[in-house]
Amino acid sequence: MFLARVVGNVVATMKDPAFTGKKILVIQPINKSGDAEGAKILALDSVGAGAGETVYCCRGREASFPWLPDEVPTETSIIAIVDQINVEKL
Amino acid sequence: MLIGRVIGDIVATQKAPSHEGQKILIVQPLNLDGTDRGGVVLALDAVDAGAGERVLVATEGWSAMTAVGRPHSPIDMAVIGVIDAVTLAA
Repeated sequence: MFLARVVGNVVATMKDPAFTGKKILVIQPINKSGDAEGAKILALDSVGAGAGETVYCCRGREASFPWLPDEVPTETSIIAIVDQINVEKL
Repeated sequence: MLIGRVIGDIVATQKAPSHEGQKILIVQPLNLDGTDRGGVVLALDAVDAGAGERVLVATEGWSAMTAVGRPHSPIDMAVIGVIDAVTLAA
């Protein structure tokens, strides 16, 4: 999984029927200090994340599993809203 | 699979049910010479690894969810071992 911040959303009326009623959010992957790292991408939201929130996401086929038994064609899904990032001083 | 170092963990109360009761570790993947290999990733802990430990990370969904015993879950990485030593042929 990877850390990201929600920075926007996408509205698409013509889309795969499995996406109906689901939010497509724009996310910015972030590093351990919370700074932007890499390009923004789109992710399907499975936990009700809002703009500005820190989340973490799952990639690949497993990204569609929050909606089983429905087969949802997503390869990136938001699966948690992060409350705390604890980086130890090693 | 990758070698990584556990550098902390994440607290997230609102998340996919299959992540309940699982430690969510922040892992820095490492090259064989110990230098950082890209950005940090998040992995569920299947072996009770602690901060600072060098660990073995499964970086694909089926193996990750199998390691934590949670099939059909949105999990794409898991810590599946604590590394004692790495030996390279001369």
